[in-house]
Amino acid sequence: MGGRVPSAIPAKLLAVVVAAILLVGCGRGGGVEEGNTIVRVDGSDTMVNLAQAWAETYHKTRPDVSVQVLGSGSGVGIASLTEGTCDMANSSRKMTDKELKRIRDKYGVDAKEHIVGYDALAVYVHPANPIRAISIGQLAGIYGQYGTITKWSQLGVTNPLADKIIRVSRQNSSGTYAYFRNAVLGKGNDYKLGSIDANGSKDVVALVSRTPTAIGYSGMGYKTPDVNTLPVSKKEGQPGVPPTAENARKGTYPITRPLLIYTRGEPTGAVKEYLDWIVSPEGQKIVDQLGYVSAGEHDAR
Amino acid sequence: MTHADTEFPAKLSKRRSSGLYRLVQAALDAAEPLIEAVIRLCGMSAILFVFAILFFVLVEAAPMLGGKLNLVEFVTSTEWRPTSESHPQYGILALLVGTVSVTGLAMLLAVPLGLGAAVYISEFCPGKPKEALKVVIELLAAIPSVVWGFIGYMVIGPVIIATTGAPVGVNLLNGGIILALMSVPIIVSVGEDALKAVPDSYREAALALGASRWEVVYRVLFPAARNGLLAAVLLGVGRAIGETMAVLMATGHAVEIPHSLVDPIRTLTATIAAELGEVVAGDDHYRVLFVIGLVLFALTFSVNLIADLVVKGIRIEKGS
Repeated sequence: MGGRVPSAIPAKLLAVVVAAILLVGCGRGGGVEEGNTIVRVDGSDTMVNLAQAWAETYHKTRPDVSVQVLGSGSGVGIASLTEGTCDMANSSRKMTDKELKRIRDKYGVDAKEHIVGYDALAVYVHPANPIRAISIGQLAGIYGQYGTITKWSQLGVTNPLADKIIRVSRQNSSGTYAYFRNAVLGKGNDYKLGSIDANGSKDVVALVSRTPTAIGYSGMGYKTPDVNTLPVSKKEGQPGVPPTAENARKGTYPITRPLLIYTRGEPTGAVKEYLDWIVSPEGQKIVDQLGYVSAGEHDAR
Repeated sequence: MTHADTEFPAKLSKRRSSGLYRLVQAALDAAEPLIEAVIRLCGMSAILFVFAILFFVLVEAAPMLGGKLNLVEFVTSTEWRPTSESHPQYGILALLVGTVSVTGLAMLLAVPLGLGAAVYISEFCPGKPKEALKVVIELLAAIPSVVWGFIGYMVIGPVIIATTGAPVGVNLLNGGIILALMSVPIIVSVGEDALKAVPDSYREAALALGASRWEVVYRVLFPAARNGLLAAVLLGVGRAIGETMAVLMATGHAVEIPHSLVDPIRTLTATIAAELGEVVAGDDHYRVLFVIGLVLFALTFSVNLIADLVVKGIRIEKGS
């Protein structure tokens, strides 16, 4: 008995020590610590899946570079680029003049914009809705501040459940919200209040799939079998263009936006190498895989 | 040595305990002023925190309050367009109406349910089921608000569409039901404590006078436990006003004054939660969100103040 007690303690201790060594070992082997470069990326919620896929794949080819990705939103990403807490800002909208000025004032260089792909904003409706196409003008009539379209019958269709259109929009700080406003309602115009403001790209589609009288807009990569996407025409009477990768690349689909990455001035070093890789065929392949539209090599950078 | 230690631990601790006890006692005596100070600090810290929070929110909101924000328009306009490029507008009337209406509806549902449950548990429920009920209700209080929001979104929403024919399931009614379910556990547990605190002699006296059990509850217990029951209801109101995540998910988050129970609404808390994350620090929009924080602060403060005054009023009435 006397012998058992002392021997039990060292055994436990030993286990702890071994575990600690193993843990530390794993930490070393796992990645960040190899005394190497870290690229910090923040920004668009729309692009966060894409940014993560890029980061993971890039790390496989370049184990000496770690890319840290956050998806706090386009506005926040640009703000942290300005504050210097990230090296690259993903954005699903262009920087405003105010934001550009802030960077210029602080660093003496202009923010550099890089097009790294395209995203088509699809217009979603419930499958039970008989509507088959919509025009930009009609969308503006539905969503715009002074728009007069509030009923499905005004679009020439009979909704089986109710005539009132339920508008699904995004929270007003989102890049998608700002892009749709400029592209569909026109610059300087505002939304009609009273829309249901979903808090994420996925939530728009989820809500529309559950609401037969709803209409919503979100990235085309978020399409599920429970919703329909509408072909969109520039003007009423013209044939609608369905939101496909090809139409977005050709520029015939009217609500296509560039996916942007901003850097402080001309990128250098690891950031430049990473950006070059993103617009290379290898990086652009990932864009297509995730349901976005790759940028042609000529219009990237 | 080790042998003795391991073989007679019980005896050993007994032998030592009296000396150890005295030692601890002496140490405690010496430390008493220190302990007193620590406890006093704990008590004061609540006040300190409240003022620190108020101060922080005020500092962030102050630049807008100094004339930059038209306060009359702020509370009377329904136009909430903080990110408009051409003409930002900050009118919170629709949000204010949203918060008040969803809280009111929740209380309409939760107060009868909660007080009824409290009366049942404290007065009518026999021993065993009573303990089980109390545990289950406490469990209800432990469900995180995101989960409540999810239930509203996934379960209650489709039910509302199916039963009322409403176009959307996320609306005032949905939020009201969710908030009611969230505040019921608080109302029940505080209300039950209040009823339990009424001395049994009151019940016995009433029964001896020939009162029915319902009369005992209605005519004797309710008046006697008035303050406690009021506190229960007001804690429920506080829970409902302050709730954020669940209402964000269940109410539809639409800037609109509701005309019916099944219209989507938006609350003050949900607005702050949805927009503060992506706003540029120091921006007008950012500061206005802090002004909304002040409005919420004032709202809950006045609810508490009214409660306090009502309770005091009851006391004076009793005393005279």
